[in-house]
Amino acid sequence: MDTAVEVEQLAVRLGGRPGRRGRPVLDGLSFTVPAGSVTGLLGPSGSGKTTLLRCLVGVQRTERGRVRVLGLPAGAAALRRRTGYVTQTPSVYGDLTVAENVRYFAALHGAGRAAADEALAAVGLAGAAGQLTATLSGGQRGRVSLACALVGRPELLVLDEPTVGLDPLLRVELWERFRALAREGTTVLVSSHVVDEAARCDRLLLLRGGRLLADCTADRLRRDTGAEDLEEAFLRLVRAGGGAGREVAA
Amino acid sequence: MSAAAAPAAARPAVRAGTGTWPTAVRVARQLRHDHRTLALLALAPGLLLALMSQVWQGQPGVFDRVGYLMLAVFPLLLMFLVTSIAMLRERTSGTLERLATTPVTRAGLLGGYALAFGAVAAAQAALTTWFALGVLGLDVPAAPGWVLLTAVLDGVLGVALGLLCSAFARTEFQAVQFMPVVVLPQLLLCGLLVPRERMAGWLEAVSAALPMTYAVRALESAAAPTGGTLGTDLAVLAGAALAALALAAATVRRRTG
Repeated sequence: MDTAVEVEQLAVRLGGRPGRRGRPVLDGLSFTVPAGSVTGLLGPSGSGKTTLLRCLVGVQRTERGRVRVLGLPAGAAALRRRTGYVTQTPSVYGDLTVAENVRYFAALHGAGRAAADEALAAVGLAGAAGQLTATLSGGQRGRVSLACALVGRPELLVLDEPTVGLDPLLRVELWERFRALAREGTTVLVSSHVVDEAARCDRLLLLRGGRLLADCTADRLRRDTGAEDLEEAFLRLVRAGGGAGREVAA
Repeated sequence: MSAAAAPAAARPAVRAGTGTWPTAVRVARQLRHDHRTLALLALAPGLLLALMSQVWQGQPGVFDRVGYLMLAVFPLLLMFLVTSIAMLRERTSGTLERLATTPVTRAGLLGGYALAFGAVAAAQAALTTWFALGVLGLDVPAAPGWVLLTAVLDGVLGVALGLLCSAFARTEFQAVQFMPVVVLPQLLLCGLLVPRERMAGWLEAVSAALPMTYAVRALESAAAPTGGTLGTDLAVLAGAALAALALAAATVRRRTG
């Protein structure tokens, strides 16, 4: 299978000023993400998930290391037509209607109204197209944000905690959407701090303190740690200081 | 979505101006939803001019000078305020970072803002000029076309300066305070309150470096029988707007710490 994302010895420091180095947030990460898979990026808050995703979409200044996405250096101009990024806080325009938001991002990708309508239907918001985005609930705004990323038909879709604040039914629907996208060839990378969502991923990356604790499948993680459920497997891994599946990563 | 991701070959390249028109349309739509801002933009300059015409009612000639030259002050002042806040919102709401991952380029984004707010400035200038000349009876021998062109360029300059200054503000409080810092010195030194040739030498030199001076001078030239330095003044205004836009583009960073 092809590789969609290749990360080698990636390190990031944040909060640096002239004459002072920042604190390390990512500390020499190396991993790959196979194309057409759903990969879950898991870890407690503050573990560096958002920073890592920002590196992949090319908006994070890095200290060292190499990040290649779809065969190109992360942030390359050509990649901006081929990747979709959904930030943790919905980044959409509150003073536009739902449809106007999605049409704007469609137009940036050279797509028309039909593509915008399709993306809205895909996130179940066709009925709210004319509503002002600021008047929506947080979960609905998140789905508008997702539609704005889907509308460009990205080859790589990067989502930062997209299920936060969603009710269980919507969460299940969203994960089915990710699976469907992956079946069609899209590579989906989702961050989450909800462990039960990990079971829905083809692969897991477990991040803690800026280091990868695990890079393997959910089954493998359970087997290596001897734990019944993933929650327990994570706890064991964190207490042991990592190690499961590292040979898979190497 | 029913279709798979499009292959790379089918996707057009990202060019320097990619996203200008969609961004202009988007910014215009945002404004269209904000009725109160539209009403203020349309009515505030005219109402203030009407007030000025009343203040100087007993002194014929004063309103014809000061009221006329205010047509070079309002567009810059108001467009600066509106644009700096609009761009600051883009920077602080997370949408700017998101846009950094889409095909829109820096030139495309700022060009879109300049286009949308430039159109608003043109509409405002047309309305205000018509109101001043037609309703308030402002008596100047200038051709309305030149007055309008000066006001539009002045408004575009305000847009460009607003986009640039938004980079130096982290909050709306800071952004609105850039207005007196950036605009008031220009107002004091542009020749509206005191003719430039009566200023101290160093003040006159500072005045010559400030763009609003050329908007005022353009209006004076337009009313002069010989046309004065009109061409130069308009060129300086346009050049200053372009320079501010280029500087503003340099403040938009794709990668941040």
